[in-house]
Amino acid sequence: MSVSTSLPHDSAVAHVTGDARYIDDIPTPQGCLHLAFGLSECSHGDITAMELAAVRAAEGVVAVLTAEDLPFTNDVSPSVHDEPLLATGKVHYVGQPLFLVVATTHLGARKAARLGQVSYEPLPAILSIDEALAANSRFEEGPRIYAQGDAAAAIKAAPHVLEGTIEMGGQEHFYLESQAALAMPQEGGEMVVHSSSQHPTEIQHKVAEALGLPMHGVRVEVRRMGGGFGGKESQGNALAVACAVAARQTGRACKMRYDRDDDMVITGKRHDFRISYRVGHDDAGRIQGIEFWQYTRCGWAQDLSLAVADRAMLHADNAYFLQDVRIESHRLRTNMQSATAFRGFGGPQGLLGIERVLDHIAHATGQDPTDVRKRNYYAPMGRGAGGLSAPHAATPRPPEGISTKMKGQITPYGQEVTDFILHEMTSSLVNTCNLAGRRAKIAEWNAANPILKRGIALTPVKFGISFTLTHLNQAGALVHVYQDGSVAVNHGGTEMGQGLYRKVGQVAAACLGVSSDAVRLTATDTSKVPNTSATAASSGTDLNGMAVDAACRTIRVRMAEHLARAYGVTPALVLFANGSVRIGDTRIPFAEAAKQCYEARVSLSATGFYKTPDISWDRIKGDGRPFFYFAYGAACSEVVVDTLTGEYRILRTDILHDAGRSLNPAIDLGQIEGGFVQGAGWLTTEELVWDDKGRLRTHAPSTYKIPAASDRPEVFNVALWDADNPERTIHRSKAVGEPPFNLGVSVFLALSDAIAACGSAYPALDAPATPERVLAAIMRVRGDV
Amino acid sequence: MDLAEVSPTTTLLDWLRLERGLCGTKEGCNEGDCGACTVMVQDTAGLRAMNACILFLPQLHGKAVRTVEGIRADDGGLHPVQQAMVDHHGSQCGFCTPGFIASMATAHANGATDFNDRLAGNLCRCTGYAPIIRAAEAAVKTPAPTWITGDLAAVTAAASDEAAPALPGSSDALAALLEKDPDTRIIAGGTDVGLWVTKQLRDLGPVAFLHRCEDLRQIEVTDDTIRIGAAVTIEELRAVIFAHHPDFAEMLRRFGSAQVRAAATVGGNIANGSPIGDSPPALIALNAKLHLRKGDKRRTIPLEKFFLDYGKQDREPGEFVEAISIPRQPDRLAVYKISKRFDQDISALCGAFNITVEDAKVTDARIAFGGMAGTPKRAHHVEAALIGETWGAEAIAQAWTAWEKDFAPLSDMRASANYRLEVARNLLTRYYLEDLGARTRVLEVQP
Repeated sequence: MSVSTSLPHDSAVAHVTGDARYIDDIPTPQGCLHLAFGLSECSHGDITAMELAAVRAAEGVVAVLTAEDLPFTNDVSPSVHDEPLLATGKVHYVGQPLFLVVATTHLGARKAARLGQVSYEPLPAILSIDEALAANSRFEEGPRIYAQGDAAAAIKAAPHVLEGTIEMGGQEHFYLESQAALAMPQEGGEMVVHSSSQHPTEIQHKVAEALGLPMHGVRVEVRRMGGGFGGKESQGNALAVACAVAARQTGRACKMRYDRDDDMVITGKRHDFRISYRVGHDDAGRIQGIEFWQYTRCGWAQDLSLAVADRAMLHADNAYFLQDVRIESHRLRTNMQSATAFRGFGGPQGLLGIERVLDHIAHATGQDPTDVRKRNYYAPMGRGAGGLSAPHAATPRPPEGISTKMKGQITPYGQEVTDFILHEMTSSLVNTCNLAGRRAKIAEWNAANPILKRGIALTPVKFGISFTLTHLNQAGALVHVYQDGSVAVNHGGTEMGQGLYRKVGQVAAACLGVSSDAVRLTATDTSKVPNTSATAASSGTDLNGMAVDAACRTIRVRMAEHLARAYGVTPALVLFANGSVRIGDTRIPFAEAAKQCYEARVSLSATGFYKTPDISWDRIKGDGRPFFYFAYGAACSEVVVDTLTGEYRILRTDILHDAGRSLNPAIDLGQIEGGFVQGAGWLTTEELVWDDKGRLRTHAPSTYKIPAASDRPEVFNVALWDADNPERTIHRSKAVGEPPFNLGVSVFLALSDAIAACGSAYPALDAPATPERVLAAIMRVRGDV
Repeated sequence: MDLAEVSPTTTLLDWLRLERGLCGTKEGCNEGDCGACTVMVQDTAGLRAMNACILFLPQLHGKAVRTVEGIRADDGGLHPVQQAMVDHHGSQCGFCTPGFIASMATAHANGATDFNDRLAGNLCRCTGYAPIIRAAEAAVKTPAPTWITGDLAAVTAAASDEAAPALPGSSDALAALLEKDPDTRIIAGGTDVGLWVTKQLRDLGPVAFLHRCEDLRQIEVTDDTIRIGAAVTIEELRAVIFAHHPDFAEMLRRFGSAQVRAAATVGGNIANGSPIGDSPPALIALNAKLHLRKGDKRRTIPLEKFFLDYGKQDREPGEFVEAISIPRQPDRLAVYKISKRFDQDISALCGAFNITVEDAKVTDARIAFGGMAGTPKRAHHVEAALIGETWGAEAIAQAWTAWEKDFAPLSDMRASANYRLEVARNLLTRYYLEDLGARTRVLEVQP
């Protein structure tokens, strides 16, 4: 069985030898041209003049395009058509593309793009949350509110009330391959586009609009990306459209890749958030009622911000049953890069909000933070509301049954939680990482060391799996079995490093009973599988694995029926396993079976389709079942902090993560390790700084610091919680792309714990916890401020 | 090979990818910070990992370059680090992987096993590094293949080639060149000037490269002085200085990644006049002297006098930094580099303390900081407040207000003015506590 096996990434050898091709490595046709954007230097204003003569005269420049030169639609927005490819009279942020240079070399295009002389009549720029609130500058008419029960009354009735606010910064994706696209004009005005994109269908859609073509006139191919993380869900649209428009105009292939600094200045990042909270709780730290106010800077265009902000609300509960709860969400329009999808898609921000509340409650009550968390957890799976660990016994316990579809406790958005396994996972992790013993040792250390303080925190993750825009939860596949028994698999998902092709290939191999070597995944291509969803929301394997499985089953049934007839047995006696087919008492190689079917004129090609069952969602009311299931995880991190400088280091992290019945444990562990480090980076060293003119000051790796090798925990133990997904997912696995990102919260709260050891006040640490913010929190705790 | 008709500021990366069609080596940042472009560079001094994106072609005169395409065997077989990366799932998106392979193969050939440091200049956004480090550790037990170790002879044979005018072969030749054309841009390691080309898109005009000036690449240690040639790399300085001032060496480890340390020079770090260069504070605290030369005229000044103002140094047109010398002294130096990330980051502030205590009294103090002013700068007021006092918390408290007389730092994307000043003060406390044997450094704590 090829599933549940730790096979290497399907491109592992190509990666290590340099053979793996990315957009900029694809051999281009003769005369290929190179593109660069001229960028706005004004955060908000009217363009009064754009003098481009020097740009046109620069060496190697073939053409310079402005908005007026675009033949059809001037829009690269993934949502509400509010994002022109090239500015039309107004600019909305520093870095907005104004004009497009087409030149014979990449360097020539970049040099020429800087020669534009643009004048602006400045308008007031809205840069901060407070400025946006004051100006009522927002997307949607007002705040979105999800609520259950009566939060205000419950807080009023509670023995204790806490209030607080946490600011959390955004995050640059820093995919190692910057955005890139290559367009090649074809006969009859058609266009082929290679794009580093998580969403080939949207590239196809936007290019078709820009060229005035039906979608069938554009073919988009994506073999792989050098990292995506959400940053290539919509942000590649501009490059692909620019290339296609320039290719149409010049009749030559056109390629565009952003220089790193341009990439960071132009493209959107993770949404930064301010989350304020008011919580009522009892002596034991049980939450009685809670209110959240979530504010996020969405930047200048809507992009995917509504869905991101929704998901932040949908994770405001994380693992905790909140009976009386109110969440108010403000989506603010600001004059900066349009914030976009980034691994977790708002989930981590919402989750950090409540983890901060739990940390605050534990500090205020003096209770053990893990105990406080467990007291607030949802009821365990299979036990329903009112189970042994449930904080509230408001609803009667349902009868025991074998079905997992029994009544669970209700989330703030009306979904029952029926698969909750964090009680067991937490207990297991507490034991394996020796949390109690280490807490005692840390207390000893902190008593003995005046300068260096240690801290530890265990944080859980419950992450909802499915696109909240319900119609996106579909996938298609195209599978061919060739007459030599080799198998080509194509589907709508894109490979960005997450090992999707390998995992889906394992699904196909398992279904057809062949070895994984017999299966080749071919580049994602809009002409093979149409109308695909973005590879996003952790859904790649869940959706495409099911679609491929369906296609393989179709072929398998056809083969079985033919072979059964040919050998005089019933189809039920035709079994596919270990590279061969058993037909009654006969066993033939799969290749021989394929050959026989081909010669008998059996179709060996099939499409497959899948749509996630049982989900429905009303995002305005905040009610329904947006998620097919939840993925769970828990992490315990220990840090040491220098109270003189605020410097710190992660000493050890232990993780237990739920990937269901893992399709490929090695690849899943890689997602968990990598997601954790990326999440820890978000909350520690990765700081985006804009100046008062709205200019991003951290626009290169010299100033924006993602984790380096030595920043990973020195001791790093990661294990899978290996159990079937109760829902019928592909081989009972669970999605694993985004959930582990949230495990980085354990580092942030371990820092908070270490800081708390410096005094009596609550640290109220903001993120990212740079050494400067850590030192400020230490001074706060000591009362030095 | 010989290259003519190529601009001297063509980078190795562009040449590999655009001229040779060798696309295995990637451009991640184009400024030497991410390591996706890492290649193996061999000369008679050894094998090093370097960033191809900010390496100009003339810097490779007399050297051999091996890219990821040449790390596997001719028959397609994998190098041990390549095989280990496959076996340990060390690649995900794969874009950083060729650079990691080049750094890992270099470390492997050199027998280096301090992988956190060897790979500090290679960023990976997917894996969290753990599987890459596991792969590097696993490959240690397999010997370096013959196709990697056989390079040296070929390099030695090629190194005697005649050089172009932009490649002076001695400091005399350089002096003559600069006298004739004082506007010539001197390029040593290119880790700063490289960005003028790749990011600012500047035309540098006439250029001269230093690496063939053997006399500028010497370190002489005598009974009373350590003299370091201007073209000595940070890595070479680190190796020598460790025996004399180990904390300086540790700071130099964090100065930059292995790739940057292999290129960047001491002279360049001084001559570019950056207020955030990391070596000047330590050198000033050690009372280093700077040796300048113009034509046949030489002069020596205290290093701290070289930095006149932001962007302004005491260097005449046509004059160049020839060497720096450090007086031999008992080691009392501590250097504290404060940055958001420990490795391959630019300092928010970098403080160097060299305080002499005799019979419990401070008898001498040299304290210098980077990142606290428009230039690397001494803390004269703080030093004065300490000298003559009994070494202890009281003296430190007395110096409290002196810090503001010495420094009025800026706020920028690395840190606020308040943080810089607060931490500068606290670092004096750290220095004192370290004297008492207290634990003060998070990097030294064991899990």
